[in-house]
Order: sequence, then structure tokens, then C-alpha cells
Amino acid sequence: MPPGQLPATAPVQWYLIVSAALFCIGLFGMMTRRNAIAMLMSIELMLNAANINLVAFSGYLASRTLAGQIFALFVIAIAAAEAAVGLAIVINVYRTLRHVNADEVNLMKW
Amino acid sequence: MTGYQVAFIAAAAVTLVSAALVVTVPNILRAALFLAFAFLGVAALYVLANAEFLAAMQVLIYVGAITVLIMFAIVLTQQLMGARIRQTSRVRAMLAALPVAALMFAFLMKSFVKPFESAGGYVSGQPAAAGPGTLQEIARLLLQPYVLPFELASFILLAALVGAIVIAKEDRD
Repeated sequence: MPPGQLPATAPVQWYLIVSAALFCIGLFGMMTRRNAIAMLMSIELMLNAANINLVAFSGYLASRTLAGQIFALFVIAIAAAEAAVGLAIVINVYRTLRHVNADEVNLMKW
Repeated sequence: MTGYQVAFIAAAAVTLVSAALVVTVPNILRAALFLAFAFLGVAALYVLANAEFLAAMQVLIYVGAITVLIMFAIVLTQQLMGARIRQTSRVRAMLAALPVAALMFAFLMKSFVKPFESAGGYVSGQPAAAGPGTLQEIARLLLQPYVLPFELASFILLAALVGAIVIAKEDRD
């Protein structure tokens, strides 16, 4: 590419900035939400932010390896398992306490 | 500004705006809907990074399955149209969380984004071309060098499946 000409694609930093912003939004939600389901949604946002990083590096690394995409696939699989178990726990907590506010679930606290 | 960059900015804007709405709207059902849009925006980013297979998986698993799962959980736990119930904590907590998140963002920018401005040897400026062999390459990687984690992931999914059923099952006795 001759110097001074815009590349046809975006630089890798753009992906990193979007990913960092998405992670921080998820972090903010994690800290402010009281509803356990909303907290799970924030966690999914943060996992997606990490995946964006992995996929971006997978495409931009000079070695042209797809290992980053494989890693992202594993993250998606584990996130699905985490969401299923997490929501099952939320439903169970709701049966016992009739609410799902994470800051009021203190049955096992002394 | 090339077409690629316009598409990237559009996808990023959809993702970030939807994500911001997910964590701020009071109605949790709407938050779940915006979550689906955020996942779609991430899928668009995957397409732009030449990861078409991952984009398809993102739409199938996140938009298709996880969002529906979350919707079900909301419908089962919010005495429906608990829409009016406040889901976020007090304004004071939000004011406290905002600087923490901003600090985290500044840290990420400084430690992760900045180094790549001059890391010419490691990162080439262009995404790898998505040849017709990408899917074959993913399959080869999954079934040859990464076959053990692959099998472990399926085992974990099975365990999560059984665990979710056992935990959510109602005790009738």
C-alpha cells in the first residue's frame, strides 16, 4: 500500500477500542444492576468484548493463524453453559425468595 | 473513509449504543431486547474481521439461544409486567460505578490499545483474506490440534445441561 493512502480496512486498534468500550459498559452494568438476570446479561456483554479481541487478533496477526477464532468458539460454548446454569440458579432463587435481587440474597451469609 | 470503515463504525455504534441501553433501561424485558441487538452488532463486527463462521455461530447461539433463554428466565421470575419495578440501584451507586468503569476504560486503552500503534512486526494492517478454506481450516484445527479441548467443551456442555435441569427442577415431594 503506498504511503498516504487510506487502507481498505480498519486498523486493528479500532476493534480493540470497541472491545474495551463494550467491556467497560458490561462492567458498569455488573456494578449497578441489582437484578441477577440483568447482571448475567452484563457478563455476556463482557464475554462478547473479549471475543471481539480474539477474533480481531486472529485476523490481523501476521502469522494468519485461526487459533483466535477457535478460542472464541470455546468461549461461546462455555458462555452458553454458564448462561444455562446461571439462569437455572436464578429460577431456583426466585422459587425460594420470590425475588431475584442479588444484593438481598443472603441466606448463606452470617 | 472507505466503505469498510463506514460499515465498521455503523456496526460498532449499534453494538455500543445497544449495550449502553442494556445496562441503563429500567425495564428488564427491553434490556433483553437491546441485548439481542448488541449481539447482532458484534456478529457484524465478526463479518468485518473475516470471521464469517463465528458470525453465524454468534447469531445462532447468542441471538437465537441465549437471548431466548434470558427472556424465559425474565418471564418466569418477574411477576410479569414487573416492568415498573426498578432494576437499577440508586443513583448514588451509578455515580460511583461510572468513574470505576471510566478508569477501567482508560487502563485498557493505555495498556492494550496503545502498544499496537507501533507493533508493526506482530500485527499487519489488513485482516487475513477469508479464502474458501477458512471453514476447512477451523474444522482441521478443532479436530487435530484442539481435539482435547473440543471434547472437554462437549463434556462441559453436557454437565451444564444436566446441572441446569437438576437445579431448575421443581421439588414436588
